[in-house]
Amino acid sequence: MSLVDRHVGFVDALRRAGLPVSLAEGLDAARALAVIELTERETLREAYAATMVKRPSYRPGFDTLFDLWFPPVTSALRAPRETGTDADELDLGQADLARLRDRLAELLLGDAGATGDPAFAEFVRAMVERFGRQPAGAGRQNWFSYSVMRALSPGTLMARMLDEVLRGQERGGLAEKVARRRLTDNITGFEDAVASDVRRRIAEDSGVEKIARSVVKPPVDQIDFLRVTKADLAALRREVYPLARRLAARLTIKHRLGQRGRLDFRRTVRASLSTGGVPMVTHMRPRRPHKPELVVLCDASDSVATFSHFTLLLTYALREQFTKVRAFAFVDTVDEITRFFAPGTDVVDAITTMTREADISRFGRSDYGHSFEGFAEKYGDAIGPRTSLLILGDARSNYQRPALATLRRLAGEARHAYWLNPEPHAQWDTGDSIATSYGTVVEMHECRNVAQLAAFIEDLA
Amino acid sequence: MTSWFTSPADAGERLAAVGYLADDGIATSVFLAAALGKPLLAEGPAGVGKTQLAKVVAAATGAELIRLQCYEGLDEARALYEWNYKKQLLRIQASGDQGWAETHDDIFSEEFLLERPLLKAIRRTAPTVLLIDEIDKADVEVEGLLLEILSDYQVTIPELGTIVATRKPYVVLTSNATRELSEALKRRCLYLHLDYPSPERERDIVLAQVPGIEASLAEQLARTVATLRALELKKSPSIAETIDWAHTLLALGRTELDESTTTGTLGVVLKHASDQTRAIKELGLPAR
Ligand SMILES: Nc1ncnc2c1ncn2[C@@H]1O[C@H](COP(=O)(O)OP(=O)(O)OP(=O)(O)O)[C@@H](O)[C@H]1O
Ligand SMILES: [Mg+2]
Repeated sequence: MSLVDRHVGFVDALRRAGLPVSLAEGLDAARALAVIELTERETLREAYAATMVKRPSYRPGFDTLFDLWFPPVTSALRAPRETGTDADELDLGQADLARLRDRLAELLLGDAGATGDPAFAEFVRAMVERFGRQPAGAGRQNWFSYSVMRALSPGTLMARMLDEVLRGQERGGLAEKVARRRLTDNITGFEDAVASDVRRRIAEDSGVEKIARSVVKPPVDQIDFLRVTKADLAALRREVYPLARRLAARLTIKHRLGQRGRLDFRRTVRASLSTGGVPMVTHMRPRRPHKPELVVLCDASDSVATFSHFTLLLTYALREQFTKVRAFAFVDTVDEITRFFAPGTDVVDAITTMTREADISRFGRSDYGHSFEGFAEKYGDAIGPRTSLLILGDARSNYQRPALATLRRLAGEARHAYWLNPEPHAQWDTGDSIATSYGTVVEMHECRNVAQLAAFIEDLA
Repeated sequence: MTSWFTSPADAGERLAAVGYLADDGIATSVFLAAALGKPLLAEGPAGVGKTQLAKVVAAATGAELIRLQCYEGLDEARALYEWNYKKQLLRIQASGDQGWAETHDDIFSEEFLLERPLLKAIRRTAPTVLLIDEIDKADVEVEGLLLEILSDYQVTIPELGTIVATRKPYVVLTSNATRELSEALKRRCLYLHLDYPSPERERDIVLAQVPGIEASLAEQLARTVATLRALELKKSPSIAETIDWAHTLLALGRTELDESTTTGTLGVVLKHASDQTRAIKELGLPAR
């Protein structure tokens, strides 16, 4: 493949994986190639990233594709290793498993992956060569990471590696936690390197375009709230605080619009000078923003469990941004949950306690109507002319009464009211969803992932 | 165009010479920003060296640093230029029976112009690094203004005409990502995501920034901070805080970061009480 073909194919693959690379950015990348040393692989990677990857959430997918299009080695062209220089040197193709595991432990203990030690890359390739290949019928082969991991089982090296690091220091304390973190990161680094070499070999066997289509996971901000895995959740949590800050800023700005503050003397005089000092236009200072109040009403039933977990995190984060936040959760009964999220409490603990102690479920299935009515009756005074009301849920009523009139009244008393629904728009109104009915009373937005939540927030102003 | 850096490696070396340790990503984008004549947008959490990056580019190349600090409510008059109305008023009062047309021409001349950072950077003829700091704090309209200026490096002042840069400044924008910047602005810039460094690089940063510290302590600090950052805290410790921690330990005469020292000085790196509680619990530290 010529460099131009490779460049074009790579940019295409990025776009297919959902990275919005504009024409101009593609050209910037090409211009960058003209001023760097193309043989410096990491420089090449960073030059592409700087010109075409403008959001951190796109970076993991970008790196995977880069490794496929610009592999560090090519199996056919790799020079056979010089052997025999060192009598002790381990023959990675022949040595028994115990010695290979010793070698792996040594590399992990030496941070060889993180420091870019070439011996690490060589070990990874040799292990994939030896354990990653499976026959796939008719003279063909297939490559797998799991068989490499099963053979070497790096996780089971942890105990002896810790012994080695701690050397008789007390166990269970800080030193062990720190060592564990380092070794776990190094093991993850090894797994990633193996997976990457496996992808490279598959690409060599069956073409890079083909594999590129299947390997890239959606960026974290596009992960569906309703299909979040536990691993995703940790990544999602990191998005929460910036979002809370933005939401607060947006609602504050919105609050301020339309209200005029004091006369801005400087700007008025300045503008008057082109009319000979006669003030024709007066300029007003923007009014000092006062922080708005927020009421969150959140469906905590199982059908939206991961979504509500996320929204509870968001609610928690919002507490720092608003003068007054009150949070309520419901399944079929509504309870105030603000107390669980007092400033200074640990958010993970708070969610656990809340699930255990809040009085939100009698029968265990969502009942929006009953919950809204209960809310209006018990907590109606939480909503006033300065309140923003945020409702979070899938609007699936279980065929119970919707209590539309009650919701209309609540929304009418609030300054703004919004409903975020984690279901795709196409599924609204199917089955027991009464999204459209509720949507006529409270402005409803599809909110399936962080990107949509962020877009909702940006549009608020 | 001046050649600011000859290669990414050259950029890396010259930044290191002024105490800033760059990885491949930093060195490459710092080099490309000048080589392609494009602004560099550095985005990332607080205290990871975004502002410092612009300062060291200036220091390493002998350019002058001009800084536009962004904040909510920043407007053209503060960012670009403004007429000195007090002086203009005095001049109008003193104009006696001079005709208005003449006075008008007078008061809208160079003498009454107040240059703000953007205009100043464009008019300078010597090498300049223009730092537009914390652009996410400014209102969206400011992005529009920047787009105009960063696309053709010229400014039109109705009363004076168009001023074109004779020498493009080296532009660094920083953002904490408190809001999404416009796609248009991002397209125009090279993008550098500055994140917390690897423990290896952070150890080296501590060694470079904190004279007199033992390598083993620097290593321990970097590893411990990496462990803290994995805890899902409200506010992860920044590089700046790691450095503060190193200074603190040095001042206390500690050569090792043992458990009681860690508990005792945790406040230097974790500013929220709930984060401290969490760290003490998760890391099995002795309570205070
Ligand atoms: N790569 C580095 N090499 C050396 N020192 C560094 C590096 N990165 C950060 N630092 C140190 O961290 C300090 C904080 O950096 P800086 O103030 O630039 O952070 P920032 O990203 O602009 O943060 P904020 O978003 O809070 O403005 C610097 O003063 C410097 O001492
Ligand atoms: Mg800064």
